[in-house]
Parts: sequence; structure tokens; C-alpha cells
Amino acid sequence: MSTAEVALGHDHGQAHAPDAHGHGHHQQSFIQKYVFSEDHKMIGLQFLFTTLLMLFLGGGLALGVRWQVAFPWTDLPILGRILFSETGGQMSPEFYTMLFTMHATVMIFLVIIPILAGAFGNFLIPLMVGADDMAFPKLNMLSYWFMWPAIVFFGLSFYHGGAAAGWTSYPLLSDLRQSAPYSGSAQTYWLLGVTFVGVSSMMGSVNYMTTIINMRAPGMTLFRMPLTIWSMFITAILQAFALPVLTAAGFMLVFDRLDFGGYFEGIHSTFFVPAGLVVNNAEPTVGGGQPLLWQHLFWFYSHPAVYIMLLPAMGMVSDILSCMCRKPIFGYKPMVYSMAAIAGLGFIVWGHHMFTSGMNPALGMTFMVSTMMIALPSAVKVFNWIGTIWGGRVQFNVPMLNCTAFVSMFIVGGLSGIFMSSVPTDIYFHDTYMIVAHFHYIIFGATLFGVFGGIHFWFPKMFGRMMNETVGKWHFFFTFIGFNGTFFPMHMLGIAGFPRRYADPYLHPYLEHLMPLNQFITYSAILMGFAQFLMLGNFFVSIFNGKKIGRNPWNANGLEWTAPSPPGHGNFDILPVVYRGPYEYSTPGQVDRDFLMQTDPPVRKTAGVVAAAPTAHH
Amino acid sequence: MRKFWVLFFMFWPIAAIVYSAMSPSYHWWFPGASVTDLGQRIDNLFYLILIIITVVFIGTQIALGYALWKAAHNDDDKAQFSHGSHNLEVIWSVAPAVILLFLALYQMDVWRDFRVKAYFPEGTIETPIAEVTARQFEWRIRYPAPGKKLQPKPQPDDLYAVNELRAPIGRAVMIQLRSEDVQHAFFLPHLRIKQDAIPGQIIPIWFKAEKKGIYELLCAELCGWGHYKMRAQLTVEREVEFQGYLKKLQADQNYDGFPTSDSVAKKEE
Repeated sequence: MSTAEVALGHDHGQAHAPDAHGHGHHQQSFIQKYVFSEDHKMIGLQFLFTTLLMLFLGGGLALGVRWQVAFPWTDLPILGRILFSETGGQMSPEFYTMLFTMHATVMIFLVIIPILAGAFGNFLIPLMVGADDMAFPKLNMLSYWFMWPAIVFFGLSFYHGGAAAGWTSYPLLSDLRQSAPYSGSAQTYWLLGVTFVGVSSMMGSVNYMTTIINMRAPGMTLFRMPLTIWSMFITAILQAFALPVLTAAGFMLVFDRLDFGGYFEGIHSTFFVPAGLVVNNAEPTVGGGQPLLWQHLFWFYSHPAVYIMLLPAMGMVSDILSCMCRKPIFGYKPMVYSMAAIAGLGFIVWGHHMFTSGMNPALGMTFMVSTMMIALPSAVKVFNWIGTIWGGRVQFNVPMLNCTAFVSMFIVGGLSGIFMSSVPTDIYFHDTYMIVAHFHYIIFGATLFGVFGGIHFWFPKMFGRMMNETVGKWHFFFTFIGFNGTFFPMHMLGIAGFPRRYADPYLHPYLEHLMPLNQFITYSAILMGFAQFLMLGNFFVSIFNGKKIGRNPWNANGLEWTAPSPPGHGNFDILPVVYRGPYEYSTPGQVDRDFLMQTDPPVRKTAGVVAAAPTAHH
Repeated sequence: MRKFWVLFFMFWPIAAIVYSAMSPSYHWWFPGASVTDLGQRIDNLFYLILIIITVVFIGTQIALGYALWKAAHNDDDKAQFSHGSHNLEVIWSVAPAVILLFLALYQMDVWRDFRVKAYFPEGTIETPIAEVTARQFEWRIRYPAPGKKLQPKPQPDDLYAVNELRAPIGRAVMIQLRSEDVQHAFFLPHLRIKQDAIPGQIIPIWFKAEKKGIYELLCAELCGWGHYKMRAQLTVEREVEFQGYLKKLQADQNYDGFPTSDSVAKKEE
């Protein structure tokens, strides 16, 4: 221990007694500690385990979709005999429709949104701002447990055949019971499930905002917050303002649909139902509603939701890149402002999902300009990430590889988006595989690689052990190859005019020759799917058998690395005090290490000799 | 190992470019040149955007690859210490902004010509050739009787067809698009036309096909389990053939089962 450290009275080493943080340890029962926990770290882990499980469910559904597109009407391997005994193993078109609807539902509502905000948001926010827990621990617990009614409702939806109107659930397919075989109870349960996911997210976002505004450690000014925290903060604001619109729209659709059978007729509102439609020979509809209203309300939430599914990953990747390149993030404030710009513009671009919908053409022009403009902050971010790597001393480890993939894939997803933001080309590309390619490059290529990076990076903090580096690299290698093999050719399918959501596209002669390409895509998807077992195995084995490490295995400088690994109840030994920004890597004048913790006090210069900064904790 | 990963990240953009470049020769590309001038203009915009994004793609991936390459060979103890550069931020904000704004404004006229009614070619709005009604899972087409105008409400002498739309070559024509049940989308890939059919709304679409042929008409908006099989055809033919087709439709529709001198004569031929 250096004298400077003692002189400054600053010590956050492990010499501290674990219960010295003033919280006093009280015995917690198993249920209090692991089930109805109010500890943000446990809630974060609960979200993480749940979403990882759902990731495999969603992936399985995707493989089912891919099987049908590549080998239509052939027997589904393994599960076909069990699921479709009456047809001898081949899936029906209504089952296919259900598969892609539920794949999107599970992936968006039960994986991507909760893994970013729920798992990482919960785990990281108090640790990174220097708080002992969230502002409202009980609300936080509820935000996890309100996921379960959603999961149960989605399960009920499966039980009733599964919703099959697409995850966008455009009326009238989602509104009228006669419109499709599974649009009875399954669709209603689906809507209730989405509503509960919304309730869960809303509780989380209130908590994140309050915690970030009110509970930052002394010295943690807004512009000393790590970009992860900025991204979580901006995401929380997005959710708080956009979600009520989806919830309202969801209830409107439920009211249109609800039918309790004989006793109570139901509400039978007609928000989205115009008069005089004859669906499948049912009686003509009464109404005066407007189906386009749903699209406006839905996308008013769901476009910001696209950024909810991306911004936290952007923040995490910024932190990891900076640490692994041993360099301050390039352009910290532009990074913050560009995220704010993405969020702000995110509210006025929803119409680009509706260019071909028949809304007023003048709106198409307006939304084209705003959508083009949202590409700008995204471009600024990409340049800044490359700027961060530039001249760095890069550690080529698993978090870094995944984050580099994030940047590389985000470039592709961002650029292909320009075809869709341009109204004239979108006329052709709307609802083709070009769209499928584009958003998978963002949601999987960017967000999920960011999440993989985040899992490997913060795993030591979560469990006090490292994940296996070799297995992590193999996982990355196969996932990256499988991912690009799956989604890059989809751009070409899009250019060839290959429509989305077709159970058998080859009915149309101009698409027949694309079958081999689709088979290649499916083989790649299978490779990518099985590669995830490497991650899952690595994750669970490492929890018990990983190499034990100290507080700061990556030599990172955020507040979370001053806490024990894993942090105890109350997180920090003593309340941290913040003296500097989050990315002080390779600061000149450093002698024995290449970074300064956020908690390191300013170095005192004595007689021209630079005093040694406190040593790292290993 | 460091070098392996640098090469790995450099290799994939090269593979992507090579793959894209060979795609047209495998027909993983547009289903033929556009049959309409407007579609041709859309294709031109596509190629303009494609060139821009290819340049940006190559540029950014090279920058990324080079940054990694340099980093892999960085044997210094420390990384460069830099918090960023104001000038660079300004440059890389303004340059994309100019390009993007240019792209947005440059494309307005194609959209205007496609969708804004005031810019539809003369004569199309007054005399739509047909009303196309989408329903689960087929396209119903209603033509006015020869010499008459299409009325918003069905007329006793209207002519009907299912899944077979016909249009004359070289003349700008307009159809009225409707849906009878759920939402559908009218997609003519060879003409680069797509328009959703919204229940309760009548949406005009115009096109001017320049090449004779039979083109696919598909549904592009999820409309139920049979979405994939909403298959129809657009037949583009000479004006006389088109008028002859309408006459034949009319004759078939008015056929009452009794042989007329005309039909007897035809049979004997």
C-alpha cells in the first residue's frame, strides 16, 4: 500500500470487513433472497436467467420458421411427428404464421427489451452510479414478477394455438375473430401478455429514472456518468413516454375483441373496424373505426421501442470498447448528445413503417426527411467507436470481439436502413426480406452481440468468477459466421422481391430459383442456433467452476469495479466518492498502471514529482 | 491470435462485397428490369443509394480494420490518450447530414409522381380502368362495361374477373384498390409497385406498363394463413387486345345459354 494512499485516507481495498458498509446483515430467508428479492442484483440476475431461457425458445421458433421457408411442406425434423401427427410431420400454413408471430413476440418482448433494461439495467445502474440499491426496491421486484403474468398469457396464447397476426398485429386480422383460425382467444391472450410486459417495463423505467437522477454518488455529475448509464437513462425516458400509447392501443384492441360468451356480450367497440366488411362469410361488420389508427398508435410506441432495443447496447459497447482499447471513449459528449438525438428523433419517425399504407403522401415526405436525419446521430456514434479503437492498445478478448462485431454489424444494419427510409425504394422493399435482413442486423447483429459482450464483461462482477475465454471465442466465431450466413443473403432475397411471412413462396414462379439460397440460410441459422449452447454451457459452468477473480479483473475504472465481486447487499464497502469522468485510461503521468478509477482523487504534485496513484485491486 | 481476429474482421466485408457482386449473375437480384418508367426511376434511386452505401461500407470497414490492425501491432505500453476531436466531430456530422438531406430531397419527385393525386398522368383519375378488391385469399377485379365509366358502386353491367388483371400497354391507367375483409397489399414486383389495401378505404394506383407480358401480382401484407397463396396475374397487352378481352368478358357474362346465330357461326368455323 503506497503512502500516498494512506495519506489521502482513501481505501477501497479488500482489507475492509465485508459488513462495514453500514447496512448490517440481517438473515434473509431463501424466498426473500432468491425469489421475491428486492436486491437489484438478484432481480437483474432473475431477468438474465429468464431472458436467456426465452432466447432459446425464440431461437427454436425461428428455426421452425426457417425450416418451412427452406423446405416447405416437408416433415419437420424431430418435433414434426409429435406436433403434427395428423399430417405425418409437416406443418400447416397457419402453424407457420403462428411461428413467426411468436418468434418475434418472444424475442422482442421477452428477450431483447428485458435483457437490456431488466437484466443489465437492474444490475448495473446502482453499481455504476454508486448507489446501494434502486430508488424503489419493491417496485423493482414487482417489475420482474409482472413479467410472469405476461409469460403465462403468452403461454395461454400458445395453448390456444398461438397468435398469428404478426407481432405488429395489424387489424382487422387481429381484430375480428372470424379472420383466421387462431384469432380467437389466442390473440386476446397475446394482447394481455403485451400489456403486462408494458407494465413491467414501466415500473422498471420509473425506477431507473429516479435512481439515476436522485441516487448518484457524491461527485457523480451527469457528465461523469458512464455511457451505459446515459443509455439506460435515455431508454427509460423513451419507455415512459412511448409505452402508454401502446398500452392504450392494446386495450382498444382488446375492447374491440372481448367476448365473454353467453352471459356478458362483451364491449364490442369498433375502434379499428370500419362498417360493412364481410370476413369469411360472417355478418357484415358494424363500425366506423379506422384500421390505420392502430398502425399509428402501434408504431408510435414500437419505433421508439426499436431504440429501446438498441440504445442500452450502444452504451454498454461504448464502455467495453473504451476499457478493452485502454483509451478514453472518443467524443464522450457527442456520444451523449447523439443518443439523446436518436431518442428525440425516434418519436417523429414512426410513419416510415407506413409508407405504403395509404396515409397522406405528404406525411411520407415528412417522415422520409426525419428518418434520414436519425441516421446522422447513428453515423456519429459509429465514427466515434472507430475513433475509440484507433490508436488503442486493444485486448482481443471475448468482450472486445463481440463489441467489434457490434460496430461492424451496426454499420450494415444502419446502411441498409437507408433503402427503407427512402420512400420510393421502400415502395419496392416494404415487407420483403430486405426488411428482415435490416432489422436482424440491428437487433441481433448489433444488440445481441453487444449483449454477449456485456455478459462476458460483467459476468465476473455478477458471480465473482470469469467465463471461459476459449469457449467464449469459439462461441463468437460460430455465431458470427452463422449470423452473417443467415442474414446477409436475405438482402439479396429482398432485392429479388421475396415477400416476408410466406409459408410457401415458391408458389410464385419468379421466386422458385431462390430455394437453394434459402436452404443455405437455414443451414447457417442452424449453425448459429447450436452455437448458442456454447454460450449457455459456458455461462452455467462458469458460475460454479470459473476462475475466481478479485474486484477489477479488466482494469476498468467504473464504480462497479470498486465493489466486491459479487457485491454484497448494499453494494459498496463505503459510499464511493467520484472525482473524475468514466474513461480515464492511459492518462499521461501514470506510473504503475494505465488507468484511473472514477474514485481516485486528484493526484497531488509534490516538488515536481508525480505521486503514485492508488494501486489497483486484484 | 490477435492477427487472426484482425484478419477475421477484415475478411468478412470482403466476403460480403464479393458475394454481393456475384449475386446478379445468380439471379439473386431484381426480377428483371422494371416494366414501368417510374419503376426504372426507383431502380435508379436504388443504384444511387447502393453506390453511396457501398462507399461508406468499404470506408468504415477499412477504417475499423485498419484501427484493429494498428492496435494489434501496438507494442507500446500505453494507448494514445485522446478524449476526441471537436473538428472531426463537426466534419463527420456535417458530411453525412449533407448526403442524407440530399438523398431525402432528391427522391421526393418519384414519390410525388407515384402517390400525389395532383401529379397523376392526365386522364387517369377520371377514368379508372378497374376496381381491384382484395379478400382472403384472392383478388376480385371489376371493370366497367366497354364505353362506360367505372362507378364507385357496382353497376349491373360491370364485368368481373378473379385473379386476372389486364391493362393496356403504353397507356397510363389507374385502378381503385379496396379490401373486403382484412388488410392486404397490392404488390407487382416487376412494376415496382406496392400499395396496402385498407378496409374501408379506396386507394388509387396508377401505372404505365411499357412491355408486353404476364406479371405476378402478390399480397405483401400479412392477411391470414393463406397469405402466401394470394396469387394473381397482371397481363399487359396491346390496347386492341385489352378492349377485345373486355368485350369477351361482356359476351361471356351476358351469355344466356341460347345459341345465337353468331355463336353458331363461330362454332362451325
